[in-house]
Amino acid sequence: MAQHTRKGAQFQAVTANRLADGVVVYLTAKNGWSESLQHAEVAEGKEAGEALLARGQHFFEPGNLVIDVYLFEVEMTDKGIRASSVRETIRQAGPTVRRDLGKQAELEGVHE
Amino acid sequence: MYRYDEFDHRLVTERVEQFRGQVARRLSGELSEDEFKPLRLMNGVYLQLHAYMLRIAVPYGTLSARQLHKLADIARKYDKGYGHFTTRQNLQLNWPALKDIPALLDELASVEMHCIQTSGNCIRNVTSDHYAGAATDEVEDPRIISEIIRQWSTFHPEFSFLPRKFKIAVCATKNDRAAIKVHDIGIQILKNAAGEIGYEVWVGGGLGRTPIIGKKIGDFIRREDLLAYLEATLRVYNMQGRRDNAYKARIKILVHEIGADEMKKLVEEEFAAVKTRGALQLPDEEVERIRAYFAPPAFEPLSDATPELDAAIAREPDFANWVKSNVQPHRVPGYAIVNVSLKPIGKPPGDATSDQMDAVADIAEKYAFSEIRVAHEQNLCLAHVRKRDLHAVWQALKAADLATANVGLITDQIACPGLDYCNLANARSISVAERISERFADLKLQHEIGRLHINTSGCINACGHHHVGHIGILGVDKKGVEYYQVTLGGAADETAAVGDIVGPAFTEAEIVDAVDTIVKTYLDIRKDGEIFLDTYRRVGVQPFKEKLYAAH
Repeated sequence: MAQHTRKGAQFQAVTANRLADGVVVYLTAKNGWSESLQHAEVAEGKEAGEALLARGQHFFEPGNLVIDVYLFEVEMTDKGIRASSVRETIRQAGPTVRRDLGKQAELEGVHE
Repeated sequence: MYRYDEFDHRLVTERVEQFRGQVARRLSGELSEDEFKPLRLMNGVYLQLHAYMLRIAVPYGTLSARQLHKLADIARKYDKGYGHFTTRQNLQLNWPALKDIPALLDELASVEMHCIQTSGNCIRNVTSDHYAGAATDEVEDPRIISEIIRQWSTFHPEFSFLPRKFKIAVCATKNDRAAIKVHDIGIQILKNAAGEIGYEVWVGGGLGRTPIIGKKIGDFIRREDLLAYLEATLRVYNMQGRRDNAYKARIKILVHEIGADEMKKLVEEEFAAVKTRGALQLPDEEVERIRAYFAPPAFEPLSDATPELDAAIAREPDFANWVKSNVQPHRVPGYAIVNVSLKPIGKPPGDATSDQMDAVADIAEKYAFSEIRVAHEQNLCLAHVRKRDLHAVWQALKAADLATANVGLITDQIACPGLDYCNLANARSISVAERISERFADLKLQHEIGRLHINTSGCINACGHHHVGHIGILGVDKKGVEYYQVTLGGAADETAAVGDIVGPAFTEAEIVDAVDTIVKTYLDIRKDGEIFLDTYRRVGVQPFKEKLYAAH
């Protein structure tokens, strides 16, 4: 699997795509999967990140709800959790084009 | 157009039923993702950044109005009301839900369409000239042999698990609009002095990580032998192509490593063996049966002189501009080829909404014998339009926001989905293309610049054909930040060439200015009658390099 975080990342969250429709989801503190990054559980430090990923993968096959589970780097800001990379920002908030529809129309400010 | 026979129908409907079962078992957890992934890919279902993506095959880029209406319906019903036409002449839907795909495939099958062989290491959808049957200097309609290759390659047991994917393109005119020299196999249809049809065969072309222009190994393969020759080529590749490294598995690497002469020798030995067995002679009657499907439509005997059209051109500058760039001569007097640009200023290249697809299908029904083509440059084409109907067609296209007058000009760009959609991408392509098109929106400037192809890819896999753009732009990732590497002097036509890298990559903020600098440099140094590519071939990379990096 491609690497979407980096060694020294301080904060990380776990993401996946929902099996039935492919929608981007995030692992929550209650072991659920939410469409909102703001509901994601954020792990601080390497070990907590690995533990969070293991939890995400534990819910992978048995629950059979999501696919392509991986860790990615986030930042904690005044406005909430933000993805560090362009790629994960686009996954979170939709394409930066066709701003007339979808998440990219609904989530204000993320792509600015 | 080709119509399915009983075998085609059965093949497709059985495949949909099989996939329905596979999806149900995946959703219930009976199949793991590892087990399911190759099965979904065999049916054109990818997982991208935001959702699944479905790639629908449009064989050699030909669609009926009925099929395009159905694609519009499907995009409306199962997606977000738009689709993306690709450089493989296919249509991609960006947002279908896995659970809906079997029903979607049922609907596609109802109009003789499917997603088979749009993924996986098999022979992919055959592509061809979007002017097929209409081009003035065509040897014969390239769709006849394209359809024969399609039938031969569909579910071909020997070639379903090749070392890597395999793409074939066919062209029947001197001017190559199908980019045959950057395909695994490119077929150029020729006529010899005796008036017989034959095929020049090019192998080992391709883009991606290792861009290579194909090598000619067959000078004049006779029609009855073409499938035997293709089988021989595929067999040599299947046996000798590398399976240890996905990046070295395409036929281009094999041809490059053993050399074109050795490849030719191996193919000819195998070809001789296949011919001895005699199993793959293409019977004349079968060729004629397929040819009948592509018989020219009922053209009216018309004069090529059209005073009403000339008057409209003189009267309406917007219409005149559209005719100038989007309309091409037709082989039949009184008819013209209409290119429908899917490159509106500031919008994603190749996207069409469901309403636009319906509009084009309606126009085709009324004015173009119900036939639509997809061009590998991500535009649509109405191949047979009466010249006297051009004004009405333009008005109807205008009403659907489809009358952008820019085909072949700088804003008629190719761009892959890039990081806005694609799981493999490193950087965005569409947004770069949008900003370039906004920068050069002035039509007067576009005509002054003349023919210029800008192709952008969001990663090294080169779906945006950046290597063969006159100006090529490749998105790269440097520590999570998007950068863009520029190549100059590429070409996808009969003078095919891989562009030269101009120097260090530009940031997202710099790239549009860099293109502007390249264009201004060209305008400064070009000689009369030159297009960008001519100037570049005359002066090389240096003058552009100097201007681009002068401030650095």
